[in-house]
Amino acid sequence: MSTLEIRGLKVSVDTENGPVEILKGVDLTIKSGETHAIMGPNGSGKSTLAYSIAGHPKYQITGGTVTLDGVDLLEMTVDERARAGLFLAMQYPVEVPGVSVSNFLRTAATALRGEAPKLRTWVGEVKSAMAALSMDPAFAERNVNEGFSGGEKKRHEIMQLELLKPKIAILDETDSGLDVDALRIVSEGVVRAKADNDLGVLLITHYTRILRYIKPDFVHVFADGRIVEEGGPELAEKLEANGYAEYVSK
Amino acid sequence: MSTLTTNYLTPTGREEAWRFTPLKRLGGLHDGTFKLATRNTLALTSSAPTGITFERIGRELVSAESKTDDVIVGRIHEAAKEVSVLKIAANAELAEPISLYRLAGGLTDAELSRVQIRIGANAKATVIIENTGDHLIAEDIEIICEPGSNLTVVSLQEWDSKTIHAGRQHAIVDRDATFKSIIVTVGGDVVRLLPTVEFKGQGASVELLGVYFATAGQFFEHRMFVDHLVPNAKSRVNYKGALAGQDAHTVWIGDVFIRAAAEGTDTYELNRNLLLSDGARADSVPNLEIETGEIVGAGHASTTGRFDDEQLFYLMSRGIAVEDARRLVVRGFFNEIVSEIGNSDIQDRLMNRIDQELEKAGAK
Repeated sequence: MSTLEIRGLKVSVDTENGPVEILKGVDLTIKSGETHAIMGPNGSGKSTLAYSIAGHPKYQITGGTVTLDGVDLLEMTVDERARAGLFLAMQYPVEVPGVSVSNFLRTAATALRGEAPKLRTWVGEVKSAMAALSMDPAFAERNVNEGFSGGEKKRHEIMQLELLKPKIAILDETDSGLDVDALRIVSEGVVRAKADNDLGVLLITHYTRILRYIKPDFVHVFADGRIVEEGGPELAEKLEANGYAEYVSK
Repeated sequence: MSTLTTNYLTPTGREEAWRFTPLKRLGGLHDGTFKLATRNTLALTSSAPTGITFERIGRELVSAESKTDDVIVGRIHEAAKEVSVLKIAANAELAEPISLYRLAGGLTDAELSRVQIRIGANAKATVIIENTGDHLIAEDIEIICEPGSNLTVVSLQEWDSKTIHAGRQHAIVDRDATFKSIIVTVGGDVVRLLPTVEFKGQGASVELLGVYFATAGQFFEHRMFVDHLVPNAKSRVNYKGALAGQDAHTVWIGDVFIRAAAEGTDTYELNRNLLLSDGARADSVPNLEIETGEIVGAGHASTTGRFDDEQLFYLMSRGIAVEDARRLVVRGFFNEIVSEIGNSDIQDRLMNRIDQELEKAGAK
């Protein structure tokens, strides 16, 4: 049983006009097996929340705490956070020229497991993870995210989620840019990871359509750098009908 | 009798061709103050396969196939009493690469080495030249590609830290021939190489590829010149370099000349540099001169940058420690060209050397 606990999180970014506060005090607790959807309009700070928890250097933490099972994540480097059990599926996964998917995955698995996975079982693991997401085996020999379509990038992110077996995963707009079939395949991957590893999920999205496949236990509405309303799955339906207008400052 | 009667002026460092080069560190190769060695260190690694000859021939029997305005190349042609000639017979197809290497050299006197590689019509071969140890050496390699031939020359500068190496690798590429050059420079104190090409016949295609990694105090210069003299030839240049450490200095010059007669030319050149620390300097100067507009394409690009923070973040967010993430990114950066060598032993060796250079530099 793991718990990601976010308390009073405040985050700024540097701009030409000095630091600008993006997150203005976020409180959120995610436990193993739970799915939390964070929904909100563009520019509300949803992605900032995701990247700040993962430790992206662009974001300055100006207040609050983030702990995983009581251990302070904010004191850790990016790789230490991942080794502590955190995973971020990115909205825009980064190209790494000249590094093959298979080399990348094996390096990551070695880092996370503390030893190189046995070659024989590892090859099988990767093959089945790829097959489960309807990915061509030739994919493993391509360079990380280089020339990938939007759908391939997202499948690759979820394949990593299944292979690397984190405790808590943040999915940053994993549904964006996916057609209906890809959305279903990717969502099934998340559901499998939940079932297999009792994964806790923080699902960031604009739209309710992914919630048809990945049922949230809690829905949080995000606006202007904080959570402004919380509820169960019924809140998503209300958002679907009414949009975010009532939450956006007038 | 030398076939060249040269009266070269000693460069002062103000000349365009010499403005980046630290002349004082050239061991006298540029001003003739070196002591001439009698050694000829180039040798075949194993016995010559069928269709190949490798001989040392008196210079009176081997005329130069090209001109040069480089003072060091001129001195080589005046001083070298014999020429190492590698011949690949017409129509030969060699499954295995021809491997040459340099035996122990020295730093107290200078070897002036003249080499000719000639591949016969429609033959196909790969030549690998491995350079290790400490040498003071000036080297001119003329590469003659006869019509329809297909030649790859891999030149590995895995020198020890005191080597001074100035050289030219000049390819003369005839009709429908394909020439690929891969130059790797990861060792030495001063290395200055001139990969140059002159197209002799239509339909020929040339690729000049290179990688270099300079650490503290090292100077590596690669100065190409691709001369499109004839119509319908294609050239591609792609050099990638990394630098780390105080006063690591690399120079890449890409001169491409499309003459009035060279209609239908297709050329593109690219140089990318990865600056891994403060105190290092990468000069990168692409230069395209075009005398005809009737071409397929002509372009160039040059970038010099640091580690991409987003790449490192992505890798680290998967648990990979920062040193390993950097190693992956640097290996990936070089892989595009190193993988073209087509020999996994050499590729692995070079990648390990690149890891070591990175570690030595403690790049941040």
